[in-house]
Amino acid sequence: MALLEVRDLKVHFKTDDGIVKAVDGVSYTVDRGRALGIVGESGSGKSVSSLTVMGLTRFAGNADISGSILFDGRDLLAASDEDMRELRGNDIAMIFQDPLSSLHPFYRIGDQLVEAIRAHKEDVSKAAARDRAIEMLGLVGIPEPRRRVDAYPHEFSGGMRQRVMIAMALINDPKLLIADEPTTALDVTVQAQILDLIERLQHELDTAIVMITHDLGVVAEVTDDIAVMYAGRVVEYADKETIFVGPEHPYTWGLLRSIPRLDSPRGEELVPIDGRPPSLITRPSGCAFHPRCPFVREAHTRIDPKLEPVAGRTDHDVACLLAPQTRNDLWQHLAAGEAPERARAAVPMGESAE
Amino acid sequence: MSVDATRQDTGQAAAQGDTLIEVRDLVKEFPIKGSYLVRRQLGAVHAVDGVTFDVRRGETFGLVGESGCGKSTTARLLMRLLQPTSGSVRFDGREIANLKANEIKPLRREMQMIFQDPYSSLNPRRTVGTIIGEPFAIHGMHEGKGDRKRAVQELMDTVGLNPEHYNRYPHEFSGGQRQRIGVARALALKPQLIVADEPVSALDVSIQAQVLNLLRDLQRELGLTLIFIAHDLSVVRHMCDRVAVMYLGKIVELAESDQLYSHPRMPYTGALMSAVPVADPELAATKKRQLLAGDVPSPTNPPPACRFHTRCWKAQEICRTEEPQLEPKEGGNIAACHFPLTDAEVAERVPSAHPQESA
Amino acid sequence: MLTFIVRRLLWMVVLLLVISFLTYLIFYTLPSADPALLRAGRQPTPELIASIRETLGLDQPWYVQYLKYLERLVFHFDFGYSYQNNVSVREQIFDRLPATLTLAFGAMVVWLLVGIPVGIISAIRRGRASDRFAMGAALVLISAPVYWLGLVALYLFSKDIGRIPLLPGQGAYPSQGSIFSDPATVIPAMILPWCVLAASFAAIYARFLRGNLLEVMSEDYIRTARAKGLRERAVVFKHGVRSAITPIVTILGLDLGILLGGAILTETVFNIPGIGRLAFDAIQKSDMPTVQGTVIIGAFFIILLNLVVDVVYAFLDPRVRY
Repeated sequence: MALLEVRDLKVHFKTDDGIVKAVDGVSYTVDRGRALGIVGESGSGKSVSSLTVMGLTRFAGNADISGSILFDGRDLLAASDEDMRELRGNDIAMIFQDPLSSLHPFYRIGDQLVEAIRAHKEDVSKAAARDRAIEMLGLVGIPEPRRRVDAYPHEFSGGMRQRVMIAMALINDPKLLIADEPTTALDVTVQAQILDLIERLQHELDTAIVMITHDLGVVAEVTDDIAVMYAGRVVEYADKETIFVGPEHPYTWGLLRSIPRLDSPRGEELVPIDGRPPSLITRPSGCAFHPRCPFVREAHTRIDPKLEPVAGRTDHDVACLLAPQTRNDLWQHLAAGEAPERARAAVPMGESAE
Repeated sequence: MSVDATRQDTGQAAAQGDTLIEVRDLVKEFPIKGSYLVRRQLGAVHAVDGVTFDVRRGETFGLVGESGCGKSTTARLLMRLLQPTSGSVRFDGREIANLKANEIKPLRREMQMIFQDPYSSLNPRRTVGTIIGEPFAIHGMHEGKGDRKRAVQELMDTVGLNPEHYNRYPHEFSGGQRQRIGVARALALKPQLIVADEPVSALDVSIQAQVLNLLRDLQRELGLTLIFIAHDLSVVRHMCDRVAVMYLGKIVELAESDQLYSHPRMPYTGALMSAVPVADPELAATKKRQLLAGDVPSPTNPPPACRFHTRCWKAQEICRTEEPQLEPKEGGNIAACHFPLTDAEVAERVPSAHPQESA
Repeated sequence: MLTFIVRRLLWMVVLLLVISFLTYLIFYTLPSADPALLRAGRQPTPELIASIRETLGLDQPWYVQYLKYLERLVFHFDFGYSYQNNVSVREQIFDRLPATLTLAFGAMVVWLLVGIPVGIISAIRRGRASDRFAMGAALVLISAPVYWLGLVALYLFSKDIGRIPLLPGQGAYPSQGSIFSDPATVIPAMILPWCVLAASFAAIYARFLRGNLLEVMSEDYIRTARAKGLRERAVVFKHGVRSAITPIVTILGLDLGILLGGAILTETVFNIPGIGRLAFDAIQKSDMPTVQGTVIIGAFFIILLNLVVDVVYAFLDPRVRY
């Protein structure tokens, strides 16, 4: 049984401008000890879906949540607020993007760590909790933990603070750790340190991880499976190797072709994705990606593709109306460095799959 | 400091030839003062601590480094938004380091800047047309009725914005479009030089490529010289002809882009490249990730001799006592290091050491 | 920190010197006024004027006079003499100080006890009926002039003339004695004045705290606190209110500093013999020494409270270090 199973999750926010469909039918699974990467840009819904797993979306007040989230067999959406509180920071933990603003500036980090323990284990003495805090600080690589445990957040550098956040998240041995853009605000060398730490801890403690990011490089290093999100939906879902070697969705192609890469020849032209991320209030008709897709056909403006298995495989899903053979051919051209227009011209576009 | 080395060994001269900017021993210190009653200087932040380089006409020159390395300060010094503490900056042959405010204004027609945050660098109370047209207003150009509007709309078209949106406000545009507005504004006076300070860091990945391509196209069409500052090594590699790597206020390596990324010499450069996550699972698994110990030291109290020695895995005694000079190393890179990386070490760690053909 | 405090105290002395000099300049050397006449107050006799001139050495140059004044002030704590009331200014001030202290601190307690909970609850129940009602009431109290509130309070609740006689009214404050010597009379007499003076402050603090708390609750560390699984009460109070309350300390110090210089309107309405009344009467009677004395005392309290606030802030916010 999977550790986390999200099925057809929908999170709609009622606002003055209309209903924001932040998450509009998302499904994914995370197995024990495995790492799932959720890749998407702003407005893809990647953060909101994880915040909902944590039960934090309930605090927003104007959220309409439907679907199902099963954690260890338990339906989280049906759980009470108190049940969710017990899970948070205990069985499921989350770390966020900006470590400076994520720690309370007025309390010592030791106190904040102890707080995380005693929120769930009230009978643990302060002294024992403090020892555990020092142990965790050492585990995440903070030098002189016995001394630093009494320091304030502003006395640490960015990388150290993120380590503190990781220590805080893992202090109660959670089964699942959700990391929402944990390295985006950090310098490149520090980012490498933090990713290395997360990877190491994942294997040592056998924690499942959901890594949310826009950086394809990060998911290439740290994850096992990848879900690509666009406009509140998962548009492609497969294991890591497949996504990079044989992606099937034009958005994934676009992402892979538009980023400059240290391992590609230098002069290679970047191929941007035209247009911009869609509004979540007025989603485009039909396929949400169609306004930006270089391979759009008339039918795509009407029909909304479902996330379905790629022909002949059980571990690769994609939401695209193009015929599988068409997609394969297009990718061959794109991966060879051709521009989308040329690829489109070169590949006979059969009838789209309904 | 071997000035000649910088000038002659950074690869073959570009077709355009001559030098637009010459920077020599540029220093910028920000003093840390005591309390208001007792105004002694307690120390200083050596944001830029003796930087020397040239920028050739028509090239794209990259400044790369992590936070606190001084790249943004250097950019602002070049633009004379800040006054150097000491050192010289020559623009088009003319010394600009000591210019007074009224002398700087005409200089602004020759050099313009694009900023990082498209959300805060545009005045939200002005229309796009006013923002782009402001340089004209300041320098008394295109005064005729309708003349200015036409000039602005032409610029909007050049950067890929719809000229009909002349009267819209910044908040009605997306991040990528706002950055285009910034570019249009920078182009208005037809400057020779554009300094782009992290122009795409705040943008979504799929939009970054749009703006980067725009800058590249404009540079080619208009013959601009571009100084590109970023922390994202992949972006810098893609955009720049020559790159300088900065650490704690000093340039630690400078080379042609191809050379730098395939054969970095300074261990810090190697570590930077090693740290970049690569969007290729196979390569990611085999490449050795060089992790640096600890954090970047504070710029108020940089380590003695080689500033990088506290984190360098190749550091030895001499690195703590004798500051390495910027000198040509194997392959043509100028680097400041006693124990530069060998080709074998580079191959282990650096993904760009063997760029593959598109898979 | 210690050097910081010492430095600030030195600054305080400097500032008080400057203020004393400026007030001296204004009151003693205005070209249109004869200092002796001014000092003598209204309808003086010629003998009085002459004797004043002599005593005060008005034939001396002005800076000598100022230095003499300063000498008296610093070494003998002598604020001068009120010819109007025939008593030393210092005596008047210290006589009136207890009443002002009682009024100011008492009101402070009331407005904190009311304003802070209301601010917190309004923020928690943002948008609901209780929030709207509280903020509406706050608006009314802020808009209402304090003397109007005072008169309405007397009209409603004063024992002698009120509709619902509950509390001692105007003039209930004893002319002799203070809260220290005669609490049984003073405390009931102060209840209405405390409430009236506290009203607009409570309203301001409630609105301010509500705004602050709402902003703080959308900070990232609140999200972290929830993500840790803390109970909502701990999130709101230990994390939220703890942050939101620190700016309150700053304005509290400033408000208190100003009030300690005398809450003229409240003292007038309720006939409380405080420093505010003293200053008001002295201005009306052109009793310059007294006016000057009250100005210096007022300045002293404001500067002192500013220092206290800064020091307390450093304890509350560890990022601030002197």
